[in-house]
Amino acid sequence: MRSDNPVADAVQRYNSDPLCLVQIVRETQAALGWLSRETQGEIAERLKIPVNRVESVVTFYAFFFDKPRGAYRLLLSDNVTDRMQGNQALLTRLLGRFGVKRGEASADGLVSVDLTSCTGMCDQGPAMLVNTIAVPRLSEARIDAIADLIEARTPLDHWPAEFFRVEDNVRRAGPLLQAPMTPGSALDAAIAIGREGLLNEIKRSNLRGRGGAGFATGLKWEAARNAPGAERYIVCNADEGEPGAFKDRVLLTSHAGRIFEGMAIAAYAIGATRGFLYLRGEYEYLKPRLDAEIERMRLVRRLGPAVRGCAGFDFDVEIHVGAGAYVCGEETALLESLAGKPGRPRVRPPYPVTHGYLGRPTVVNNVETLCQATEVAIHGGAAFAGQGTKNSTGSKLLSVSGDCERPGVYEYSFGVPIAQVLEDAGAAPDAAAVQVGGPSGVLMTPDQFTRRIAFEDVPTSGSFMIFSGQRDMFEVARNFVHFFAHESCGFCTPCRVGTSLQREMVEKIAEGRGTRYEINELMRVRGLMRRMSHCGLGQMAGNAISDCWSKFRPTFERRLLAMEFAPAMDLDAALAPARVVAGRDDAGAHLKEEV
Amino acid sequence: MDNYFTIDEQPIPFTPGQTILEACKSAGIYIPHLCHHPEFTPHGSCKLCAVIVNGRTVSACTITASTGQELVVDTPELNAMRRAMLQMLFVEGNHFCPGCEKSGNCRLQALGYEFEMTTPHFIEFYPALGVDASHPDAIIDRNRCIKCELCVRASRDVDHKEVFGIGGRGLETTLIVNSPTGKLVDSAFAITDRAAHICPVGAILPKRVGYAEPIGARKYDREPISAETDA
Repeated sequence: MRSDNPVADAVQRYNSDPLCLVQIVRETQAALGWLSRETQGEIAERLKIPVNRVESVVTFYAFFFDKPRGAYRLLLSDNVTDRMQGNQALLTRLLGRFGVKRGEASADGLVSVDLTSCTGMCDQGPAMLVNTIAVPRLSEARIDAIADLIEARTPLDHWPAEFFRVEDNVRRAGPLLQAPMTPGSALDAAIAIGREGLLNEIKRSNLRGRGGAGFATGLKWEAARNAPGAERYIVCNADEGEPGAFKDRVLLTSHAGRIFEGMAIAAYAIGATRGFLYLRGEYEYLKPRLDAEIERMRLVRRLGPAVRGCAGFDFDVEIHVGAGAYVCGEETALLESLAGKPGRPRVRPPYPVTHGYLGRPTVVNNVETLCQATEVAIHGGAAFAGQGTKNSTGSKLLSVSGDCERPGVYEYSFGVPIAQVLEDAGAAPDAAAVQVGGPSGVLMTPDQFTRRIAFEDVPTSGSFMIFSGQRDMFEVARNFVHFFAHESCGFCTPCRVGTSLQREMVEKIAEGRGTRYEINELMRVRGLMRRMSHCGLGQMAGNAISDCWSKFRPTFERRLLAMEFAPAMDLDAALAPARVVAGRDDAGAHLKEEV
Repeated sequence: MDNYFTIDEQPIPFTPGQTILEACKSAGIYIPHLCHHPEFTPHGSCKLCAVIVNGRTVSACTITASTGQELVVDTPELNAMRRAMLQMLFVEGNHFCPGCEKSGNCRLQALGYEFEMTTPHFIEFYPALGVDASHPDAIIDRNRCIKCELCVRASRDVDHKEVFGIGGRGLETTLIVNSPTGKLVDSAFAITDRAAHICPVGAILPKRVGYAEPIGARKYDREPISAETDA
């Protein structure tokens, strides 16, 4: 039943459960466009929780707005690949067309335009989100057409479907992608060998987590199974936030049944009855399809009570949608978000396998890991371990974007050399660098293109961004530095302050006012963040700028002043307000440049 | 001695369940800290208590002591990093010690002296942060807040009021108040709350007691923070 009160509706849909606060806030905003203090107060009142809990959620997530935004909220993806594809000109065009400033609603409340972190459309960018729905392949013509539709106040469901069409762009298929799995086959195989048998096969396969860290999946499952507790959970980490990564989006689009079946066999192995798929907010457009797939699977008893008719095997899944917070890809931050809180990483240990969702044993696996687990169930651990390398078994999906002819998803056996990927993707012949693993990963240069994608050589969650010799690598690093400053959760001192200090120093260099001092400071702050930060985000946040400096010095050096130090403050610029007051702008009202 | 770890090869005993910070305190070894307070659950956000355990840098306030741990707690390198983090705390807020009522009783200032912080070193952010003087008995000065969440924990765990929370993220992280207006006066806060007297800096101060004790004769004016035994 819909009332005329969106808050009441949202609260009711989630059974007045404060654990679903992020979902309730998301659905309320979808109806109201933004979240006023009064709205936040009403949510708090209906959930019987303090209003500052609602405020902490609203102000933490980038997609929640506590100030008025337009009825049409446009967020342009601002990954470095979007920049290479021209998103800045499109942003300027949009702002000019509507006469608005970034992040502010137009006077008539119709539209607001802003930037957001990578939306996972790097192979078909530049991209944006319109009221959380993805629109890829933007061009001047498409931007103009969209602006016309907005001015005519056309509802989103009357926009051309073509605008919302997202391609899979699978360019190279291996065992996982080449043939669809027969639905139910992984479950049947798992049930045939039993819970212990399945766990043994997963261990035998040496399957390792595809999210980047590479923890052994079998050990994780076993630890959760052995942990004391009456209830256990399976969480699928579909918060694919690493800039340049989009392979999970393809799995979620075209292999959803396989993901849920992967969750179900994991549940079977550890004795879990409830599962969550945590979907990044940028992929919210996939939620209806994922919900429909869950419904279909319930009907044929691949989810729900007595899965496949197997007594004592009850398992069901629900979708939780994030709201623009990269840090939620960190598993304990994800669990906090899943429980309706800001996504701040927890102190570890204890680990989720013993103290996860609601402090109970929980397995958090990446989308791709769960899909690979179905491969293991069907073909056996030994067959799986036969592919790839000794320490990196099976295949790996790569999200390839940047300067290449065929951006998209590539599946390789682990151990593939970077040069092979570049050749297959039709990379620019003068490819000068590849950022492997996104901004938290490593910057590889041609002398390293013989290196291999594997946990023991170049590990990656899958992001693979190619840069030709024409690209200004300083601008690449600058984009990454801004990304981390925007995404730091703010919990620990070194990352909260360090990422913003890096941003200020990089901007000083970009303005042509940097010196050798800024470079040294950047490296010192990087060292501090790496040693002292609470989680991986801060520990990795200085890598990109440090890699870029060590490998592309000239791009920095031509921006540096030929002196050891220049003050951060531009005294002449600081006098601008005084000139306005004095009504002067003659030479005498400016400080002389001292050289 | 069954339960002990070592610092520079000297055995330090601990009681099972103790954190490294607690065990060090019992043994009279000072580990600097700001967000930690013995009455509250460990938090691990300020990172000043960072120590090296078996080669890894960890927070002493959250890691459980165990036999076989080899610790490094006091080296020029560690202390330089602690000083840098103190400087980060100074530049992200607006800290003007000479005019602050908390001067001499402020843990941030005292740690600045302890770690020989003579300048802020980094660029100052000078954020535009407000003062909430709405409450008749207390003032919140967000310019000085270091996001240690001690007031959050005290209000939640001792006062059972949940008056304080943390909003925003990154450098915009800020102290928020549980009331319809966001103002302290409209909250359940009382000057008798534990949360009213837990702030390690001058972000939450009682009204009408300004400078009762002269600066120069205050707690950390008399002895360094490392000599403190009650925190």
